Amino acid sequence: MSDDLAKVDVLIVGGGNAAMAAALSAREGGASVLVLECAPKNMRAGNSRHTRDLRCMHNAPTPVMSGSYTEDEFYKDILSVTEGKTNEKLARFMIRASTECTEWMKQYGVRFQHALGGTLQLGRTNAFFLGGGKAMMNAYYAAAEKRGVKILYNAEVVDLDVADGDFRSASVIVEGKPVQVSAKTLVAASGGFESNLEWLKEAWGPMADNFLIRGTPYNKGTVLKRLLALGAESISDAKEGHMVAIDARSPKFDGGIVTRLDCVSLGIVVNNKGDRFYDEGEDFWPKRYAIWGRLVAGQPDQIGYCIIDSKAMGKFMPSVFPPLQGQTVAELAKVMTLPVEQVTGTVKAYNDAVQQGTFNHEILDDCKTTGLTPPKSHWALRIDQPPFYAYPLRPGLTFTYLGLMVNEQAEVLMKGGHRSRNMYAAGEIMAGNILGRGYAAGIGVSIGTVFGRIAGREAATNALSGNAPSQTKEEAAVHANS
Amino acid sequence: MLTAELLEEGQHLMTVCNACRYCEGFCAVWKAMETRTVFQEKDLNYLSNLCHNCSECYYSCQYSPPHLFNINPPKTLAKLRVYSYELYAWPRPLARAFHRNGLLVSLLTAVILIGFMGGASVFMGGRLFQPIHDGNFYKIIPHAVMSVAFGVVGTFAALALLVGFLRFWRDVGESYATLFHPRAIFQAVKDILTLKNLDNDGDGCSLPAETSSESFRWLHHLTFYGFLSCFVATTLGAIDYFILGQHGPPGYTSLPVIFGSIGGVGLIVGPIGLLMLLRRRNREIVDESQTGMDLAFILLLVLIAATGFLLLTLRQSSAMGTLLIIHLGFVMTLFLTIPYGKFVHGVYRSGALLKWALERSRQPAVKAKL
Repeated sequence: MSDDLAKVDVLIVGGGNAAMAAALSAREGGASVLVLECAPKNMRAGNSRHTRDLRCMHNAPTPVMSGSYTEDEFYKDILSVTEGKTNEKLARFMIRASTECTEWMKQYGVRFQHALGGTLQLGRTNAFFLGGGKAMMNAYYAAAEKRGVKILYNAEVVDLDVADGDFRSASVIVEGKPVQVSAKTLVAASGGFESNLEWLKEAWGPMADNFLIRGTPYNKGTVLKRLLALGAESISDAKEGHMVAIDARSPKFDGGIVTRLDCVSLGIVVNNKGDRFYDEGEDFWPKRYAIWGRLVAGQPDQIGYCIIDSKAMGKFMPSVFPPLQGQTVAELAKVMTLPVEQVTGTVKAYNDAVQQGTFNHEILDDCKTTGLTPPKSHWALRIDQPPFYAYPLRPGLTFTYLGLMVNEQAEVLMKGGHRSRNMYAAGEIMAGNILGRGYAAGIGVSIGTVFGRIAGREAATNALSGNAPSQTKEEAAVHANS
Repeated sequence: MLTAELLEEGQHLMTVCNACRYCEGFCAVWKAMETRTVFQEKDLNYLSNLCHNCSECYYSCQYSPPHLFNINPPKTLAKLRVYSYELYAWPRPLARAFHRNGLLVSLLTAVILIGFMGGASVFMGGRLFQPIHDGNFYKIIPHAVMSVAFGVVGTFAALALLVGFLRFWRDVGESYATLFHPRAIFQAVKDILTLKNLDNDGDGCSLPAETSSESFRWLHHLTFYGFLSCFVATTLGAIDYFILGQHGPPGYTSLPVIFGSIGGVGLIVGPIGLLMLLRRRNREIVDESQTGMDLAFILLLVLIAATGFLLLTLRQSSAMGTLLIIHLGFVMTLFLTIPYGKFVHGVYRSGALLKWALERSRQPAVKAKL
């Protein structure tokens, strides 16, 4: 094994979409490729296992997306969710490159649902994998194996030997045995640090104990931490990431899509003191979904309870856990183990403040409260039809944005703005360059695919030419400023 | 019986799947699931029979073992299916025949063969093993005996299947009135004849292994159309006899022999191929308790076809009497066990596909309401 490992051109750390896109792309360039996936085979592919779609620019309908989604509209969406915390040059570059993604993925056996198929609401902007992200990754892995990419599972990189931005080798524990792997170039595609509970606690304080991690338990951020310590320039912040409100009964890790809850807009949300704390009817799903994780994180013990009545049942995507229920609000409060009088008081105050309107969940309707703090500005209906139901909510961390700063060649930038001689980054580990905060469905896979392909291509070219790319002063200046 | 455990397993499966829905592009099961929020026993009976066992969902599932949620749709639905076969069996006491089906079918085959052999020997006065030069097997078993015996057993089998089908139809929430919906019937027949749900728009399915393949579908086609062709051959034979009055054995170029031969090839190649694929299946998604039933049905089909060919080629030799009795013994066993073995999967799956076609035709109204 060590013989094989010694000869590799491109070493890829990680096993998700970005890593495998890089592996396949490096093979296209003729390089020998080794992939180190720290998970066992049946848990491979990081958070890509839980993805479902990617967001792609297109100027006309494609077999997998309807209508058109222009560069400007896509960029506007990024600006809106990130509140401007993005790198316009990289973002627009990613957007333009996203047009090629689905066709490229198809070449490697990735299958897509037809445009407008099923119950999808994102059929215009996003292309959906047939069978979801794990099916997509199965196709990638099969294609990579067929093309001679060497893949090691249970292979955890624990240290890197990097001198002045020059990668030499990696210390890896493979199936429990330490191995030294050297390669001409490195692609870091090992994700964020969302499953590193100590790191989360460092960033968030004790409240992090109450976070649920929606995806893989294998994203410990070891490579990210090491590269930052070795002089790589960081982007975004340890507290930035994609955090949504999910069912509090979800497993600590890996609950994935089925733990999401979207009934906030159909009822009210109280904390464990029985008080409301935010406008449940402020906005539509994607935006609502993206903010409620942090809202719940801000409450005592990081828990919230969404209370609805029987009118709301069947109007939202079913969750995997059954709702708590009671014939009266007081009974429900007991089931939730919340102070009964406070909860009944909150529901009564809300009901009294609800104004008559025409309920329409598809638009920002005129059903709202008056004289209530905080208000519920849309979809406010009285909670008065028993039985009453509640879902407990906790912050669900999907991924973190603290990452490595890169350029359009996916080259890792070092502190001071110069480029690493032979290190590249793709996927979640550099997503913070484009997503400084917030999230819009499918962008993670788009970033992973675009930068994975580039990282693989550049790493292969670099490894096969043997020449370190030269740094221009202009480039250094540009990145130092960005 | 549907154990509380299996009911819970089925409901857990559907609760997780309905909250996920990543598989909705694969087959009818997931689209039908999405129109429901509660999963009672009758829903599970419908959805499990709608499942063609293609297994694409298993490999795509982020919740398949070793995940905590332990989702294994092909296996759970297979277990529910065989339970539903017992539930709808007629007459009820014979539902037990689905248990240890392989053993039962083998024993029945032996008993029938010995019975036929003995009966025919007595009837022929010991001349069973002498060549019959015109190849006329009616000299061994008179046509009247053959027609009455197979007519009675065949009618019984058809009746049992019909009762089973109607029990299924009413259990899953349909009425006799909804059976007659020409457009839905047309759609269902198309889905049945093309095995659309094993096709994935030309990609095939994950049987026997993860990599998509069309082989299972084509081998099933060979088996199904082979069976159909043999059925046509028998019908044509009956027409020849009763209407055209041709009482001798059909010639090698006659229609019954041509259809029978084409069907016979299908019934040899198809089931053997299916058997080979089934043996290569990932054991994690197989409900092993059904292996005997699968095997019994497959072997019977192959044996019927093989002995049929032998009979055709050796009908003027001294082996004809023995071959005829063996061939008819296998056919008789098949007829008797059809309502209590693997054959019923076709009946209930067709029913489920018809219900799915009906549900689709009702869908625009449902959508408008939402």
